[in-house]
Amino acid sequence: MELSGWGRYPVVDCGTAALRGPEDLGGVLARRGTLIARGQGRSYADAALNRDLTLSTLGLGRMRAFDADTGVLTCEAGVGLDDILRTFVPRGWFPPVVPGTKFVTVGGMIAADVHGKNHHRDGTFGAHVEALTLATADGGIRACSRTQDAELFRATLGGMGLTGVILSASFRMQPIETSFVLAETVAAADLDAAMAVFEASHGWPYSVAWIDCLARGRRLGRSLVLRGAPMRRRALPAALAPRPLRPAPEGRVRVPVDAPSLLLNRWSVGLFNGLYHRRGRAHAGPRPVHFDPFFFPLDRIDGWNRLYGRRGFVQYQCVLPAGESAAGLSALLGRVSAAGQGSFLAVLKRFGPAGEGLMSFPVEGYTLALDLPLRRGTLALVDALDGITHAHGGRVYFAKDACCRPERMREGYPQHAAFDAIRNAWGAPRKFASELSRRLEL
Amino acid sequence: MPTNDDIGLALVIGATSDIGRAIALGLAREGCDLQLAGRDPARLKAEADDIRVRTGVAVTEHVCDVLDEDGGAGFAEALDPCPDAAVCVVGLLGDQQASERDGSAAQLVMRTNYVGPALLMGALAGRFEARGSGVLVGVSSVAGDRGRAANYVYGSAKAGFTAFLSGLRNRLAASGVHVVTVKPGFVRTRMTEGMRLPGPLTGAPEEVARAVVEAIRRRRDVVYVRRVWRAIMLAIRLVPERLFKRMRI
Repeated sequence: MELSGWGRYPVVDCGTAALRGPEDLGGVLARRGTLIARGQGRSYADAALNRDLTLSTLGLGRMRAFDADTGVLTCEAGVGLDDILRTFVPRGWFPPVVPGTKFVTVGGMIAADVHGKNHHRDGTFGAHVEALTLATADGGIRACSRTQDAELFRATLGGMGLTGVILSASFRMQPIETSFVLAETVAAADLDAAMAVFEASHGWPYSVAWIDCLARGRRLGRSLVLRGAPMRRRALPAALAPRPLRPAPEGRVRVPVDAPSLLLNRWSVGLFNGLYHRRGRAHAGPRPVHFDPFFFPLDRIDGWNRLYGRRGFVQYQCVLPAGESAAGLSALLGRVSAAGQGSFLAVLKRFGPAGEGLMSFPVEGYTLALDLPLRRGTLALVDALDGITHAHGGRVYFAKDACCRPERMREGYPQHAAFDAIRNAWGAPRKFASELSRRLEL
Repeated sequence: MPTNDDIGLALVIGATSDIGRAIALGLAREGCDLQLAGRDPARLKAEADDIRVRTGVAVTEHVCDVLDEDGGAGFAEALDPCPDAAVCVVGLLGDQQASERDGSAAQLVMRTNYVGPALLMGALAGRFEARGSGVLVGVSSVAGDRGRAANYVYGSAKAGFTAFLSGLRNRLAASGVHVVTVKPGFVRTRMTEGMRLPGPLTGAPEEVARAVVEAIRRRRDVVYVRRVWRAIMLAIRLVPERLFKRMRI
């Protein structure tokens, strides 16, 4: 079956199978060749693709236990974040970390060790995982945690599914009083100003900035910084008070067809960015926003990836260590701006310290994410951006990456040797691989 | 509007199937406590856990195989408490060609779709009748409406089950016990995985679940989950046999 990631590039003809429970493992592992687990396919490029066998985990959709005293939820790996939100927000619980879309699975969140708008305070999703079960190459099922098979646990957080198939996990949810975030937008005239806002916003649980990638010269890095904090019940305005834990509205707008690939060009995106920036400035001042549009603005548009046209797009996301961030970011933004490639979404975020996952993406510093519609020259531009990232001691995010060079990956992820050693010890390389791992020689 | 307030406890037999699981969750969301029955204790526990976490209703697990020698009599007798409603979702599509070649394969399909479920529903009917209340729901199939070359072994067993439920309904009509026959049509499940199914005629397990909950509430007799199937099967039944035998549908 032809499969791709969310960016719809690359497209690979993959063998497929579905996993519904541990009882299906024997048959799947007995097949020849390697396999990779795939949840909702929201990694952007080739992380959840394997031409031999791409194994859907969506059948592992059961919640297994919830402890209302500790907030620890145990569920199977194919349970969706949207499902968790629907089930637990009305009861006053929220996942510890959420990425930019709720259409991801628990297994995917662990494999990519996802981060959210609270990374500077709370770290990655993996930091809140207490235990997980992993199907390993020998056909066994291992329960791993920080005290049991701890190395395998650390390799699996952010391990992109390359240590085995994550079957279930236990993680700690956070109590919430309302389903609203008190949010405010701060306009920043350039990159230095945006970074200054981040540095002054450590006290805010959530922060993220949207950058106008087409702003050049003096205005390079012109941004809107969005920051927020969970709202207490007593802070809710009267209109919202009767249903403090209301769930997200269910409706979604659907993109019915692939947009013409010229829809998003430097003029249309420039116009959008200009309007958005003006609107953001007008909306300054804290106001209550439901968590759903706050965390998942694009989830309202079903199939927004089709807006980039049939050829798809590449998302480039890198992180630069704190000391190199200012110089590296200006170089990256300068390069994108000079290329005139309309990047619809450019997102900047301050990361806190790195976590324990051996191959987890975040390190202390700044992360930048750009969507680049796939056209002639796009891959060359990404390679050039990668060169800048590499020169500044940064690295790319495997859940997004489509074209990193293996040698740059190895330098960016110095713990890859330890990761290899653990994979070898568990016999993982002969059973677990993805198009990403082949490309990066992982 | 009628409610399901009188159904406080429901038994779902075949609860580890995709449709069984959806029906159990649908009933639990109505506030119904559950008895889940199935063959594999580990899978039964997984489904029971899921429903407990999601809904907070009380769920008990019951290992049961409708192919048991006693025809489910012992299982039905031992159920304590006796449920207010029982839904049987047990079924096996089998492989038509294998069933044609191999009598034991055909027998397994017949026993799983007809003999087992019918005897079990019969045994439960006895307890419900003695009490004078309850709803029995049998999930049969549109395939039982007319035998076709493509799946007549499965279809004939479902036809038997449909006729059994019809007779049971007739017998119990005056006793306060209601019998529902549900005919889902194509449903995207493990059973139909890999089959090419026509989109507009194919439902999700959750649709079957909604239909079952609604049928219990409104005490329906025969339910086609997607209404279009009633028309399709009527048309198929109306084709004269002379013509039908040469058709490939």
